[in-house]
Amino acid sequence: MKLVNKTNIGWLILAIATFLILQLAVSTGLISAYYEITLVTILINVILAVGLNLIIGFSGQFSLGHAGFMAIGAYTAGIISKYFPHYGGLFLGIIGGIILTSIVALIVGVPTLRLKGDYLAIATLGVAEIIRITIVNMQNVTNGAAGLSGIPYLAKWPLVYVFAVLTVLIVVNYTRSSPGRATIAIREDEIAAESMGINTTKYKTIAFVLGAATAAVGGALHASYFSVIRPGDFTFNKSIDILIIVVFGGIGSVTGSIIAAIVLGILNVFLQPFGSLRMIIYALALIVIMIFKPSGLLGNKEFTISGLLHLFGRKSTIKEEGKK
Amino acid sequence: MSLLEVKKLTKYFGGLSAVSNVNLELKSNELVGLIGPNGAGKTTLFNLLTGVYQPSEGTIDIENDGKKESVVGKKTYTITDMGFGRTFQNIRLFKDLTVLDNVLIAMHSKSKVGTLKSILRLPSYYASEEKMKQEAIELLKIFSLENKISELAKNLPYGEQRRLEIVRALATKPKVLFLDEPAAGMNPQETADLTALIRQIQKDFKMTILLIEHDMSLVMNVCERIYVLEYGRMIAHGTPEEIKANDQVIKAYLGGE
Repeated sequence: MKLVNKTNIGWLILAIATFLILQLAVSTGLISAYYEITLVTILINVILAVGLNLIIGFSGQFSLGHAGFMAIGAYTAGIISKYFPHYGGLFLGIIGGIILTSIVALIVGVPTLRLKGDYLAIATLGVAEIIRITIVNMQNVTNGAAGLSGIPYLAKWPLVYVFAVLTVLIVVNYTRSSPGRATIAIREDEIAAESMGINTTKYKTIAFVLGAATAAVGGALHASYFSVIRPGDFTFNKSIDILIIVVFGGIGSVTGSIIAAIVLGILNVFLQPFGSLRMIIYALALIVIMIFKPSGLLGNKEFTISGLLHLFGRKSTIKEEGKK
Repeated sequence: MSLLEVKKLTKYFGGLSAVSNVNLELKSNELVGLIGPNGAGKTTLFNLLTGVYQPSEGTIDIENDGKKESVVGKKTYTITDMGFGRTFQNIRLFKDLTVLDNVLIAMHSKSKVGTLKSILRLPSYYASEEKMKQEAIELLKIFSLENKISELAKNLPYGEQRRLEIVRALATKPKVLFLDEPAAGMNPQETADLTALIRQIQKDFKMTILLIEHDMSLVMNVCERIYVLEYGRMIAHGTPEEIKANDQVIKAYLGGE
């Protein structure tokens, strides 16, 4: 196994090609300013969903507080980049958000992840709410319930794209390494993992903190792109939205999360004209998909380039055999 | 000096003592059997030794570089690190992972591959990953599982799953190997193969093995010494010949006066 191999080059080409196609579509006006919002929302959702999937799908812990961590990232980046309205300020904000979120995640994670079971879900549910209420009440820093406006618009879509690619890369690198395997072992069988010498609390915490940190990045980019953030953007509903993407794409599948974020993002655009019926159709679509594909779009499998090549290879051999 | 020394080990569940006042000793490179009727407390004893349960009373010491170290009160993963490898009575493989991954996971704690190094994919990451893989494949070869490395663990036949569990336990580089009913559910041919395998492990790895088993032929064949547990008490201890002739053991297994 090396850094430069067919699969990695394949993914690199795919990432660059996607970027170029998007760039072309935006510059020719095929993606209008309105649809650009959809594009950025999808990209931010990719960041959030892939991070949450690391917690839920790979370490097997259930977190319901993703919106809370996103809020910390959004507000930290928002406040700092208002003071320093240039890219340096934005990056400082993102880093500050990551650090602050990691600290909060550690405080929540260390005591609850020592236990076996779904205690994290309840703890994170509470913490997300505590974060939101704290933001509402820190009037002089966060401007309370009215929210923060006039955040400099620095995170243009190419920057968000780069961060989405980086996040996916970090999560995939983690899950496909020795510590990542240790984390997956905990999901598979916690007692067996511990008997194999794996410090289960440690790896559950690493996955949880890493997932929370990606939420902070997503939140920071959200703040910088939309220029306005309110505590109401980061309620329990937002956590559920991201959870839906993860479940829809397949728990434990990074590519599944990416595809789900894209599919649901586009579905939302098409449902726009239906007005208040939109949520009902959206929910029905989810129910139908969950009935026919209960493990999500990709299950716990990954979409791979080698798999794709294999598929094409098989098809072409079938064709050739047909010719004979 | 003995490698493992257990003294006056007792475990209460509520008012019931599942294991009481058990003494046990393992010398280096010994193959020792632990037998007893159903519910005698054999698996509880294993769980006490590996830190899954904490003992109510008593001591468990392991020899480490000529010094005695207590494992009581330590976490399971620390105890594994100190040299206790185990298999489970009801197979607990990582079912949805490949055979190779199962072994690599067991090697993780000794490999010291850091999280940051893995995320950044530093050159040394590839080197250590490659080394781990080679070691894992070597180990799988010994147990003739090398052709199945990319197979999911759950798709292996039963006998091979049992063998993989032993490989996985060995991958943690233990000093003492605890085998919890490795022959359970095996046919006579598989049991015979397993018997040879356990002997081979003891010889090739210079391993100390403690074996829980119901299959008398297996225990009597391979074990140098045997401990007999009944109702949580150690009722007998000796060579297979001594155990066969022991009145209390015959009573425990066959009933009678």
